[in-house]
Amino acid sequence: MNNILNVSPSPHQQSSETTRKLMFGVVIALLPALAAAVYYFGTGAIIVTLTSVMACVATEYLVQKYVLKTKTSISDGSAVVTGLLLAFNVPSNLPLFIIVIGAVISIGVAKMTFGGLGNNPFNPALVGRVFLLISFPVQMTSWPVPSGFKTGYTDAVTGATPLGIISEGVKNGESITALMDKVPSHMQLFYGYMGGSMGEIAAAALILGGIYMIWKKIITWHIPVAVLASAALFTGILWMADPTKYADPLFHLLTGGMMLGAIFMATDYVTSPMTPKGMIIYGTGIGVITVLIRTWGAYPEGVSFAILVMNAFVPLLNIYIKPRRFGKEVRNG
Amino acid sequence: MSSTVLFTIIMLSLLGLLAAVILYVVAQKFKVVEDPRIDLVNEVLPGANCGGCGFTGCRAFSEVLVRSDSFEGLNCPVGGSETMGKAAVILDRQPVAVEPKIAVLRCNGTPEHSQRTSNYDGAMNCRVAHALYGGTTACHYGCLGCGDCVTSCKFDAMYMAPVTQLPVIIDDKCVACGACVKACPRNIIELRKRNRKDRKIYISCVNKDKGGPARKACSVACIGCGKCVKVCPYDAITMADNLAFIDSFKCKLCRKCVIECPTGAILEINFPVKEEKPAEHAVTEVN
Amino acid sequence: MFKTFPKGGIHPPENKITADKSVIVLPLPSTVTVPLNQHIGAPATPVVEKGSAVKTGQLIAQAKGFVSANIHSPVSGKVSKIEPVADSTGYKQMSIIIDAEGDEWVETTDRSATLVKEITMTREQIVERCRDCGLVGLGGATFPTHIKMTVPSGKKCDMLIINGVECEPYLTSDHRLMIEKGPEVLTGVTIIMKALGVTQAVIGIEANKPDAISTLAGLSKEFAGISVVALKVKYPQGGEKQLIKACTGREVPSGGLPLDVGVVVQNVGTAFAVYEAVQKNKPLIERVVTVTGKSVSRPGNFLVRIGTPVTKLIEAAGGMPDDTGKVVNGGPMMGKALAMTDVPVTKGTSGIILFPEPESRREEMMPCIRCGKCSSACAMGLEPWLLSVLSEKAMFEKAEADKITDCMECGACAYTCPAKRPLLDYIRLGKTTVIKMVRERITK
Repeated sequence: MNNILNVSPSPHQQSSETTRKLMFGVVIALLPALAAAVYYFGTGAIIVTLTSVMACVATEYLVQKYVLKTKTSISDGSAVVTGLLLAFNVPSNLPLFIIVIGAVISIGVAKMTFGGLGNNPFNPALVGRVFLLISFPVQMTSWPVPSGFKTGYTDAVTGATPLGIISEGVKNGESITALMDKVPSHMQLFYGYMGGSMGEIAAAALILGGIYMIWKKIITWHIPVAVLASAALFTGILWMADPTKYADPLFHLLTGGMMLGAIFMATDYVTSPMTPKGMIIYGTGIGVITVLIRTWGAYPEGVSFAILVMNAFVPLLNIYIKPRRFGKEVRNG
Repeated sequence: MSSTVLFTIIMLSLLGLLAAVILYVVAQKFKVVEDPRIDLVNEVLPGANCGGCGFTGCRAFSEVLVRSDSFEGLNCPVGGSETMGKAAVILDRQPVAVEPKIAVLRCNGTPEHSQRTSNYDGAMNCRVAHALYGGTTACHYGCLGCGDCVTSCKFDAMYMAPVTQLPVIIDDKCVACGACVKACPRNIIELRKRNRKDRKIYISCVNKDKGGPARKACSVACIGCGKCVKVCPYDAITMADNLAFIDSFKCKLCRKCVIECPTGAILEINFPVKEEKPAEHAVTEVN
Repeated sequence: MFKTFPKGGIHPPENKITADKSVIVLPLPSTVTVPLNQHIGAPATPVVEKGSAVKTGQLIAQAKGFVSANIHSPVSGKVSKIEPVADSTGYKQMSIIIDAEGDEWVETTDRSATLVKEITMTREQIVERCRDCGLVGLGGATFPTHIKMTVPSGKKCDMLIINGVECEPYLTSDHRLMIEKGPEVLTGVTIIMKALGVTQAVIGIEANKPDAISTLAGLSKEFAGISVVALKVKYPQGGEKQLIKACTGREVPSGGLPLDVGVVVQNVGTAFAVYEAVQKNKPLIERVVTVTGKSVSRPGNFLVRIGTPVTKLIEAAGGMPDDTGKVVNGGPMMGKALAMTDVPVTKGTSGIILFPEPESRREEMMPCIRCGKCSSACAMGLEPWLLSVLSEKAMFEKAEADKITDCMECGACAYTCPAKRPLLDYIRLGKTTVIKMVRERITK
C-alpha cells in the first residue's frame, strides 16, 4: 500500500469541458455555414478557408516557438477558429496571398502582441478583416455571385451584394420598393442565395450553428438576441417612418454580416463581456452602431466596425456591470 | 504665398501660442512646492523602486531622508554605502555605516536528503501550498519549492534549480532588498552578513521538531544536539526550539562548527577544500 | 417543479455508489488518536493524563472558552500519550492517544435501542446537555451545537431548517441515517425546535434521495410542525445560505448569519446526535462515515468511533485499491486531500473517497479565456475570475472591496473552468489574507 498520494486544495473534481472542446464545438457549429459557402461558391470557398486556417495556425506556432520562445498552444483550437472566421469574412475568390496576410495580422498582431489567448482586447478575425478591407479595398469588395459548387476557385463571377445594391440605389435617389425587386427575396436571402463574403450569406446555416452552440452551452442567447433585436428595432423604426428610404428589418437581419457577426463574431469569449447584463448592453451597442453605419455611413456594411467599437467598451462594461451578489440588499421571499 | 497658406500659418501659430499660455498658467497654478533637495537625493538613488529600504519606492525614500535628522536606521541596500554617502553629502549629514548583507536560503531539503511522501498538485504558489498542508516531505518547516521567492525578486538574482527543487540565490546579483524574505511563508530565507569572497557559514535548516522526527524527515536536518554551540570559540551560536542559529555578525568563519555537526546541517560556502593545499580558486559546495 | 436557489450552481456527476448500503458498525480499533481540535474555536484542554484509565463516553478534554466543545473518550482503556500528532493537514496538533481495552461505557449513558419520543427537559437543560456531550455540527463545519441552539438577545428565530441535502457527490452518510434512523432524527429535530422555541421545522432533502424523502415525509406526520421539502439536485444546495433561500425565499445578508433572517440550520446528523445526547445521555463519540470510490471493492457506510485511523476504514472497505492516486477526507468539492492515511477520523469526517490515478490529477492549466462560466456558476454572485487574479497579484484591498469574504469556498468555479485554472486556490489565499487584514484593522 505504498502509493504516493496526490495532494491539492479542493475541489478535487473538474468538469470535462476544456478550452479545446469549446473551440471545436465552435468549429462544428461553423460547418453548416461552410457547407453553404461551398454549395454556392464552389471550390474557392474550400481553398480560401483551408489556407486561412493553416496560415493562422502556422503564424501562432512560429510566433510562439521562435519569437516568444514559449510553449506552443496551437492544440487549444483557438487559431483554427480564428482562421475559419477570418475566411468567412472575405470573398471566396480572394487571392491567397491576401488571406495569408490577413491571418498574420489576425494572429500575429491582434492576438500575440497582446499576450496570446485571453489577452486580446479586439476580435482577431475582425481586426484581420478590417485591415484587409482597408489595404486591399478592390479585392475585398468584389464578391462572387452564387454560381454553384462546381465553380472553380478562379472562375467566380463577381457582382454586387444586396446591401450594396440598396445603399448605392438609395444614394442615387431610387426608392426602396423599386430596389427590392433587384435583390433576392427574403426566403432566398435566408437560405444564402446572394453575393457576399463566404460565411455571411446563409442565415439558415448560421442559425443552425447558433442553436447547436446554445444547446452545447458554448454561448448563451444574450449577445445574439441583443444584437439582432436592437438592429431589428432600430431598422424597424426607420422603415416604419419612411419605407421608401429604408429597407425593412428582416432584410437587414438577413443580409451582410449581421447573422455571422451576431452569432459567431460578437460572442467570442475573450472580447465580449463576462456578465449577462453586460452582454445585452454590448449586443445592443453593436446592433445600433451597425444600423448607423449602414444607413448613414460611408460603408454599406457596418457589423465589423460596430463589433470592434464595442470591443473597446468591454473592459468598462466588465468593471461597472457586476452580477448581483447574494445577500447584497435585503430581499426576503 | 496664397491667402490660404498665410491664414493657416497665422491660425496655427495663434493656437500654439494660446496652448502655451494655458499650459504655463496651469503649471504655475497647480505647482507643488517641494524641497528641491528631494529631487537631488532622488537622482543619486538607484531608481529600482524595490522597497528594500522599507519605503514605497526611491522617491518616498528621498522624502524620508530629507525629513529625518539622522541616517540612523535608514539604508538603501541596493546602492549601499556609496549611495548613502552621496546622499549624506547632499543633505549635509553623517553617513551611518551599515554592514552589507546577502539573502541565504536556510534549507537543504533536496529529494536526496528529504524523501518525497506526496505529490503537490495545486497552484504553483508557496502561500497556497503552505496553507494547505505540511508539504511533499515529512518536514513541514521546509521549502515548498513553488517559487514565490523567485517571482518576487526584481533583480533576477534567483532561479529554481530543477534537480534540488530549491531556489538558488545568485550572489553577484543579490542586493539584499528583502523581497524574497517577505515572500517566503515559512521564513526560510534570511538576510545575513555578507563576507569577503561571498563566504557563508549557516545552519541550513529551520526545523523546530525534536531531533528524532527532524532527522527522520530529512537526513541533513538540525537535530538540536548542541555540539556546535559548545565548540564555537566566539559564542556565535545559540539554540532555541531544537534549532541552532549562527549569528552572522559574530561568526568569524573559523568552520569549527561545520566539522562538529553530526548531520551536516551546517554548510560552508565558497571556502577552499580543507585537505588539499590551499588552492588559488575557491571551491563552492553546491546545495 | 422542485424548489432551488436562483443563481449559480453546477451539476457534477452524483456517483452515489453507497446509497443503498446499510450502515455497518466498524469493529473497535486497538488504538484511537483523539485530536483536541475537532471543532471551530479553541482546542479543548485535556482533563486526563498519561496512564489514566478511561471509559467509553468519559470526558477527556474540556471546552476552552466560549466557542469550543468537550471531547469524550470513544473507547475504554488507558491513555498512552498526550502529544502532537499529524492530523489530516500534515501539521501536528495536540492529541490524546488511548490504547483500547474492551468497550466499557460510563454508567450514565442509556445504551438501549428503544425509541424515546417524550421530551422531558427544558430549553436550558437541552442546551446544557448538548454542551456537556460535546456536540458539534456534523455537516462538516463542526460548529459547537449548543451555541447555535441559543438565540442571542436581539435576534429572533421562527424557523428551524434541517439540512438533509448532502449535495456533495459520493457522500451518503446522511442519506442512510435518514432512512435507517428516521424516528430518532425527527425526535432530535423536535428537541432542537424546543431549544430554539420554534414551532416549525423544514427538512430539505435533494430529489436524488426519493426513499429518504418518502420515509421522513411519512414519519413526520407523527411529529408536530415538521415538514419535508424536496429540492432540485444542484450543487451547492447544501450550503446553508442556498438552503435557506430555496426553502423559505429569505436571503441571508452578506456578512450576516442565518439568525439575521430568523432561521437556524442544523445538519440531519447533528439532529440525530442531539437525540442521542438528550434522550440517552450519549456523548458524541461515533459517527457514520461513507467510504467509497470507483475502484473500492467493498464501498459502504460505516458507524465508526472518533479517533479510529482512516487506514482501518479503508481496510473495512476492502483495502486501498492499487490504482489509488488521491484520498479525500470529505466530499470531492470541499474535502481535504490526505497526504497519508494514517490520520484519525474526527467529528467532521463525513466520508473518505479514494480516487483512481487518472482522476486524481488536475488537468493542465491554460490561459483564462474570459468565458465567464465561473461567474455563472457562483452561487454567491461573485466573479471568481477577478477575485482569483486579484489574490494572485496581491491586490488585497481591491479583493476586499469586491467582497471576496462572501465566498463560501464551494469550488463550483474551479470545477466549471474550461481552462482548468486553480481559481479557488488563489481565492482562498485572498480570503485568509483579507480576513487577517480586517482583523488587524479592527484591533488597531
